[in-house]
Amino acid sequence: MNNLLVLIPVALFLGGIALAAFLWSLKSGQYDDLDGASERLLNDDDTLPK
Amino acid sequence: MSCCAPGTGGILLDAPSKEEILLASRNVGDGRFQTFLSVAGVHCGACIAKVEKTLSDIPGIEEPRVNLSTKRVSLRWDDNFNPSEMFVALARVGYPATLMDLDVDQPDPILSELIRALAISGFAAGNIMLLSVSVWAGAEAATRDLFHWVSALIAIPALVFAGRIFYRSAWFALRYGRMNMDVPISLGVSLAFGMSVYETATHGEHAYFDAAATLLFFLLIGRTLDHVMREKARTAVKGLVRLSARGANVRRPDNTLAFVPVSEILPGMIMLLAAGERVPVDCVVTSGSSEIDASLATGESLPVAVKAGHRLVAGTLNLNGALEIEATALAEESFLAEMVRMMEAAESGRTGYRRIADRAATLYSPMVHLTALLTFIGWMWVGADVHTSLTIAIAVLIITCPCALGLAVPIVQVMAAQRLFSHGVMVKDGAALERLAEVDTVLFDKTGTLTLGKPTVSTLVDIPDEFRAIAAAIAAFSRHPVSQAIVAAGPVVGGFKLETPPVEYPGLGLEAKYGTDVFRLGRAEWAVSAEVTANRYTSLSCNGSLLAQFLTRDQLRPGAAAAVRYLKQTGQIVRILSGDAETAVAEVAKACAVADFSHEMLPGEKVIAIQDYARHGHAVLMVGDGLNDMPAFSAAHVSMATATAADVGRNAADFVLLHQSLDALPVAHRVALKSARLIRENFALAIGYNVLAVPVAILGYVTPLVAAIAMSLSSIIVVANSMRLLEPRRTTKAAPTGTVATLSPGLAQ
Repeated sequence: MNNLLVLIPVALFLGGIALAAFLWSLKSGQYDDLDGASERLLNDDDTLPK
Repeated sequence: MSCCAPGTGGILLDAPSKEEILLASRNVGDGRFQTFLSVAGVHCGACIAKVEKTLSDIPGIEEPRVNLSTKRVSLRWDDNFNPSEMFVALARVGYPATLMDLDVDQPDPILSELIRALAISGFAAGNIMLLSVSVWAGAEAATRDLFHWVSALIAIPALVFAGRIFYRSAWFALRYGRMNMDVPISLGVSLAFGMSVYETATHGEHAYFDAAATLLFFLLIGRTLDHVMREKARTAVKGLVRLSARGANVRRPDNTLAFVPVSEILPGMIMLLAAGERVPVDCVVTSGSSEIDASLATGESLPVAVKAGHRLVAGTLNLNGALEIEATALAEESFLAEMVRMMEAAESGRTGYRRIADRAATLYSPMVHLTALLTFIGWMWVGADVHTSLTIAIAVLIITCPCALGLAVPIVQVMAAQRLFSHGVMVKDGAALERLAEVDTVLFDKTGTLTLGKPTVSTLVDIPDEFRAIAAAIAAFSRHPVSQAIVAAGPVVGGFKLETPPVEYPGLGLEAKYGTDVFRLGRAEWAVSAEVTANRYTSLSCNGSLLAQFLTRDQLRPGAAAAVRYLKQTGQIVRILSGDAETAVAEVAKACAVADFSHEMLPGEKVIAIQDYARHGHAVLMVGDGLNDMPAFSAAHVSMATATAADVGRNAADFVLLHQSLDALPVAHRVALKSARLIRENFALAIGYNVLAVPVAILGYVTPLVAAIAMSLSSIIVVANSMRLLEPRRTTKAAPTGTVATLSPGLAQ
């Protein structure tokens, strides 16, 4: 019972981090151009997008 | 670059002026502006690199960024430079671009709300399910209570954040006295939550937090897919070339020119209309002569020669001469606006239509609510206490919560839309698919629908390559449809270089000087000599002696005859409604084997014809392209536009065909029929599930475990059944071909 009291918050916290990470990636526009991102990988031009 | 055949390249004649670009730009400070371009030709990494490199090399252009998914480029430009340059540069490397309105870049608030709700309900469903599994595995009473409390805590944000989408929709429906699926969903989820909180507080054994959260998660998947499908169609259609003017060069009283937006043009204003510009408002020509392509407005396939005194309608294209025009109407009173008004007036075609899901909801909701009520009364009657009776009644509501029903329609329609995208057909929304399946009468427009709406060279056999090259080199400078046909028919390699651009004589043709020679391309009696008998052939001459003649004609759209044959085989009534002259219509009708046709129809007459069919109980599919078809689109049960259609027509149509061929029409019809059948099957499966599960629930045997398994299983079965609509994966991608495909290649991928 005692270890549950520790483990449940830990599990929820980890899950919460994943959820927050997803919401952040959504907000920062990482899903705006899924096709383009996979193709840009192959471009030799190493300049970073501004 | 292997996959991307560059476009025609050469000279781009339609680069928008700086003033026009400014109207579609956002000021970001420091004298810099942000603009969006639609570049339909990008479809791989090499294209991205090439477009971004080309744009970065132009002075004054900063941060060009290609979005491959939407085929758009966002960039900033400096006010001290001329941004028109970028259109020329892009066309030169084979990526013709068009200017986009600013509003296309607005983020979609509904989609982000749906995805956020999806993420939160998914998180909640997953974590609550983990806790529930340990409860079902037989946790002792104290642990179970703890787990229930934790579940309740996780479920609250899910219910508030994800559930409000359903609550809102249910509230709207109820307020207007209607019924939709969201009513039983909202009721079921809220009661499940409320009862579970009560059970948890009283140390009860069964809590339905998992059912509530999973239900929201599953239903949000269906809802999000539905929304994504609609958005995709909307943005894809917006990405096509814009066909109406944004503004015009107005001559002020002090004789200076100013670029004025269409909405501010007043009757009486004098405007200059350069070759290649669209007529902004209804007007009358005051001086100059030119030819006007009015095919979008009237359905006439041949350009009309105009000079001072002629009236022009908004939306038509000035082909080859500069005109001075005087506005005769405000933008909102012009031809285009008139069509929009007629569309609204004719909006009776589908107001009576209610979506299958809504029709199901009106039957379903009262039935489940009544069943739950009868269950409660029944258990009270046989002597159970209030708590037991209420628990069982709520269990009935939870088990009948239309999870599978909520997925049954959107999943099928998303799959169908996906399949149609791969065939180059855009679907406006799911309801359009439902309506297409009901169609029994198909009415076609002629110009631009059954035909390509622009001439192509039909006899080439006896013309030597070098003459074709000369003709193509001269014609490349003209926007006249016949010139463009000659360019398209010209040899791909071994081009001919002109030293100076040719001079265009509206109504006659083009004249080019090469050394001491004078080449003329145009009307036979002008190019060769007045003695030559006038014929329909476009002639190429050198110093007055005939070199070659090109016969051009409006060609039948590929697949048109096959589409008509398919429609007749499936028992549809097929008829042509055209605004063009009788002989032209009869010729096309004969080629397509359509017996029934009407010619020289005004837009209003098309509407009346359609309403006539509707009165006799027919469901009409209208296939068209022009502004003159728009009112008919609204009157019809369902409508389909070609990619070359006027913007407003494309926005009004339920389906937009992106490729040149009409083969997509039978495909769309077949997919619509199949999805209608799959929807019925899915309903049958969902109802079958209820028939099995409801008696179990009424008898009080439903525990949270049973509910979780039953609901997930029924949803999975429905989704799996819908998957049957997808085609088996092909190994080769069908390459879009033809000129229309260069407008929008890859949109369908």
